[in-house]
Amino acid sequence: MVDALEEAIRAALADRVPVTYGRARFGHELVLHVHREALLPLLIVLRDAPELDFAQCMDICGVDWPERPERFDVVYNLLSLTRNARVTVITTTDETLPVPSVSLLWPSATWFERECWDMYGVVFAGLDDLRRLLTDYGFEGHPLRKDFPLTGHVEVRYDAEAGRVVQEPVKLTQDFRSFDFLSPWEAMTTLPGDEKVHLNRIPGLAVDGTKGDQK
Amino acid sequence: MSVTTNNAATTTVEVDSHTINFGPQHPAAHGVLRLILEMKGEVVERADPHIGLLHRGTEKLIEHKTYLQALPYFDRLDYVSPMAMEHGFALATERLLGIDADVPERARYIRVLFSEITRILNHLLNVTTYALDCGAITPSLWGFEQREHLLEMYEMTSGSHYHANYFRPGGVAKDIPAALPEKIHNWARAFPAFLDDLEGLLTENRIFKQRTVDIGVMSAEDAMAWGFSGPCLRASGVAWDLRKSQPYEVYDRMEFDIPVGRHGDCYDRYLVRMQEMRQSMRIIDQCLAQMKPGPIKIADNKIVPPTRGEMKRSMEALIHHFKLYTEGYHVPQGSTYSVIEAPKGEFGVYLVADGTNKPYRCKIRAPGYAHLQAIEALSKGHMLADAVAIIGSLDIVFGEIDR
Repeated sequence: MVDALEEAIRAALADRVPVTYGRARFGHELVLHVHREALLPLLIVLRDAPELDFAQCMDICGVDWPERPERFDVVYNLLSLTRNARVTVITTTDETLPVPSVSLLWPSATWFERECWDMYGVVFAGLDDLRRLLTDYGFEGHPLRKDFPLTGHVEVRYDAEAGRVVQEPVKLTQDFRSFDFLSPWEAMTTLPGDEKVHLNRIPGLAVDGTKGDQK
Repeated sequence: MSVTTNNAATTTVEVDSHTINFGPQHPAAHGVLRLILEMKGEVVERADPHIGLLHRGTEKLIEHKTYLQALPYFDRLDYVSPMAMEHGFALATERLLGIDADVPERARYIRVLFSEITRILNHLLNVTTYALDCGAITPSLWGFEQREHLLEMYEMTSGSHYHANYFRPGGVAKDIPAALPEKIHNWARAFPAFLDDLEGLLTENRIFKQRTVDIGVMSAEDAMAWGFSGPCLRASGVAWDLRKSQPYEVYDRMEFDIPVGRHGDCYDRYLVRMQEMRQSMRIIDQCLAQMKPGPIKIADNKIVPPTRGEMKRSMEALIHHFKLYTEGYHVPQGSTYSVIEAPKGEFGVYLVADGTNKPYRCKIRAPGYAHLQAIEALSKGHMLADAVAIIGSLDIVFGEIDR
């Protein structure tokens, strides 16, 4: 089914848009990687080609990979009711380069893009309502970035003397505890001679399945 | 707003337009919704929802927890239908682990059984509080009693009234108690009469119909463009149900119908939910009839904990238990967008794993988020009181919207 969908998308695009086709979840899900400049042409074809008909944009979200030059993935999850198919479209950006907004293609995208701006600081070009959505009024920073601490920077409390809610720097009475489970001394994920357990569990992963275990 | 006309004698006309702050503490806002309504007289001109007042940073917290520790956060998303939320995350994790085909049959039946109990739980709360918004007090008094029966089933099975933490990657936490089927049968005998009573109060009720018929109409095309799903989409006439079209667990073995509305107004959304409760009862019946004894989680103790008895005898089991509850299991690199048909609509989890014992990214796609976004399109040109009916009909719960 995924292969048939890829063929249909290839046919509809007819090489007009450069797209890299991929698979997720052991080949069960189709993922399209596209440069952000080619994003709109791709999504317009996905939405408007009658044999594809991805009429619903179910979700847009960001993913932060700080070590990459373009650190943010913006992920679009589309759904076609007539074809009963899903596709994931991924494009990349960094803190400043704007991603074209798709709020004109799907009105539902407005809040998803606002949330993405709020959480990651991804700028969407053409989104006329780039306000924060989930965080507090006057919030600073983008909390889902990997370099944003879990505890945040400020805490709020009601100050009885001032008669209002005040913001103060976070004071932790105990350090935030984070355990290292990655170095082999802390936790060896596969004991020598025990590799078969992992290989048998996930078919098709036998080739690169030991990657995480050889640290 | 003041308009200056350019007559011989300049006059200033005051147009009756003002802004109303609806919520965040308003009983009809169904939680902490701050809705800025620009009114022209009593007619809504613009509606701007301000959400995030219940934002707890669930997604950020999950990135710092192991997969097993992340699960209870899902109960606290849509706290009206906790087990359905767990289901989305359990499925996503299983798919990334590559064990989704190994989950035992009995666990699948139990999951479907409780998904449908949860659906009734959710619709009971929504329909009755929605009626409360529209001026009917009795349904909510009756409905909460019925919810309590269902929550007792939750408690019997998981040990907790609301925050069950029951669906785990690899199966369910423990088997259902022997007394549960009998309890469900007893309840199922009495429940249809309750539904008839509830419908008797509302369906042909003149006031309820005046408040809901032709209010907040959403066409099928608009509903799709706004990302609607679940009962709200079906009320607009789209026969789309993930349980039928992309079946998961054992839904493909269940016989049930998809109720579909025609007008896409508040009244149809109510009707669809009422019918769905009856369909859920059919599924619960079939689950109990088809369920066979057997294991309720996979056998791999690297993912699910060993039994207490084993731990008393086997050193390996003890180690497994210790490692599971300290380090957890490592999920291989990959990503998935897994969806379930939650009572409110399509609940999706976009899960990115990087090979460690913690999710790298866990985006939660809540159905109510998309529904609430459409509130301006739905309430424009309606009266203030209709905005209340529209919010009620969309089934808004802020646990899942603000996350």
